[in-house]
Amino acid sequence: MSFSGVLSQLLEIVIAIALAPLLSGWVNQWRAWLQNRSAPGLLQPYRMLHKLFNKESMVADHASSLFRMAPYLKFGCMVLACSIIPTLSTDLPLAPAADTIALVGLFALARVFISLAAMDIGTAFGSMGARREMLVGFLAEPALLTVLFSASLISKSTSLTTIVETLAHRDFAIYPGMAFAAVAFLMVSLAENARVPIDNPATHLELTMLHEALLLEYSGRHLALLEWAASLKLFAYSCIGLALFFPWGIAEARAPAAMLLALPALLFKLGVGGFLVAVWETVNAKMRIFRVPEFLATAFLLAVLGMLVQLLLAR
Amino acid sequence: MSALLPQFVNLLGAVLLLLAFAMTSQRRMLALIHLFTMQGATLALATAVVGYVTRQHHLYLSAGLTVVLKVLLIPWLLHRVLDRLGIRRDVETLINIPTTMLIGIGVVIFAFNLSIPISHLSSALASGTLGIALACVLLSFLMMITRTKAVPQVIGFLAMENGLFFAATAATYGMPMVVELGIGLDVLVGVLILGVFMFQIREQFDSLDIHHLEQLKDD
Repeated sequence: MSFSGVLSQLLEIVIAIALAPLLSGWVNQWRAWLQNRSAPGLLQPYRMLHKLFNKESMVADHASSLFRMAPYLKFGCMVLACSIIPTLSTDLPLAPAADTIALVGLFALARVFISLAAMDIGTAFGSMGARREMLVGFLAEPALLTVLFSASLISKSTSLTTIVETLAHRDFAIYPGMAFAAVAFLMVSLAENARVPIDNPATHLELTMLHEALLLEYSGRHLALLEWAASLKLFAYSCIGLALFFPWGIAEARAPAAMLLALPALLFKLGVGGFLVAVWETVNAKMRIFRVPEFLATAFLLAVLGMLVQLLLAR
Repeated sequence: MSALLPQFVNLLGAVLLLLAFAMTSQRRMLALIHLFTMQGATLALATAVVGYVTRQHHLYLSAGLTVVLKVLLIPWLLHRVLDRLGIRRDVETLINIPTTMLIGIGVVIFAFNLSIPISHLSSALASGTLGIALACVLLSFLMMITRTKAVPQVIGFLAMENGLFFAATAATYGMPMVVELGIGLDVLVGVLILGVFMFQIREQFDSLDIHHLEQLKDD
């Protein structure tokens, strides 16, 4: 473990934690502009977090300790996920701790605990939200795994840093299987981050909501942590997508100076990605909850197809 | 650069397969025609790229023919048929869509496995594309089987022809020009005849559901 490795690891975690709300703010701002509304400021998520951290956190009388623990657990999972994904550099001391399979497991762990916490209070909304979250989750996970596997087929490794090193620093080649994987990944990440065809992040207190239903009972610093974790999740998914499909600009292990270039590259890519998400959310409508399994089944099948095409064309 | 172009052909093949899958899972008639148009455009691009790589200039001609027929003329005809028949509703399927897609995956695995020994024999620039083309053909078959209405079946038939055309282009650098012209004309005439058929079916049964055709012999 070298000094530059520790430095890049720390920098990555700090940047993930600091920039994640900014990314959410950026998407929300563009979405408001595209819908002809006057937008909240770019820093609105930070103000929101500040407000929530200063508020008292109310907990229901019969809440168990699980309910209090879940926000910290989810936040921790998301921070760890962000630190494993190579956003700036592939020289990450924490990366060998978890490969792509464990990364998907981390997301699953966070999901299980937040769903348990939502059911803990025993309100109808919480249980319904937990049920829907699990419905989305168990369909999205295999698709995400398959997407990551088709990338692993190229680099012959399930470690995300090795995948990125192989994709970014080898001679440029077109992998048709990755085109399928990209579409599948896009569908999965929209579903996982409660974005428009699955869930509308702008609605509260409606029968259709998924993500917000889980957070209904939370307030104060717990809610702040969960909101922050949600932006971290969006950041993590964006970075997985960028690492798999647009890995150019991420610094190598032997060139720590390249990180100076990696940060603007990351900001640029996230900016463009966030804008495209806003466009997508403006032109599309939310689908019925019963169409969600079909949407995610399509994502899974596309990912499988990508893997098959990869296998066929690789020989 | 020279290594990238065959990969680009592979990519276009993958896009064709993706579009074939999208067509088998598509519920809306208009979107189906749009997907068919996109498939035609991809096919034309693939043909032109193969023509450029192999310096077979007659392939440019067949790419142009594909654009005129499958991107402009046939979609226009299909739109006109839809307008005149007044169909705007969703397509009905015999098997539900997720099951169809699962069967589709099976079909793709079958096609890929089948093509592996063949592609070992050929030394064409993108031998892997044969499996993709075969999968496209079989998926279009699947689409024709699972749809109950006449118009999606016609689109499935045309998509099947796209797959065959791609197989011919990618695996053997295109058929002789006479054959290609003949096929192009056949497809056009086929669409015209099928269009007439659709109107006839509609006049007879007030619906485009081809199940009504099964009862003809009882009369």
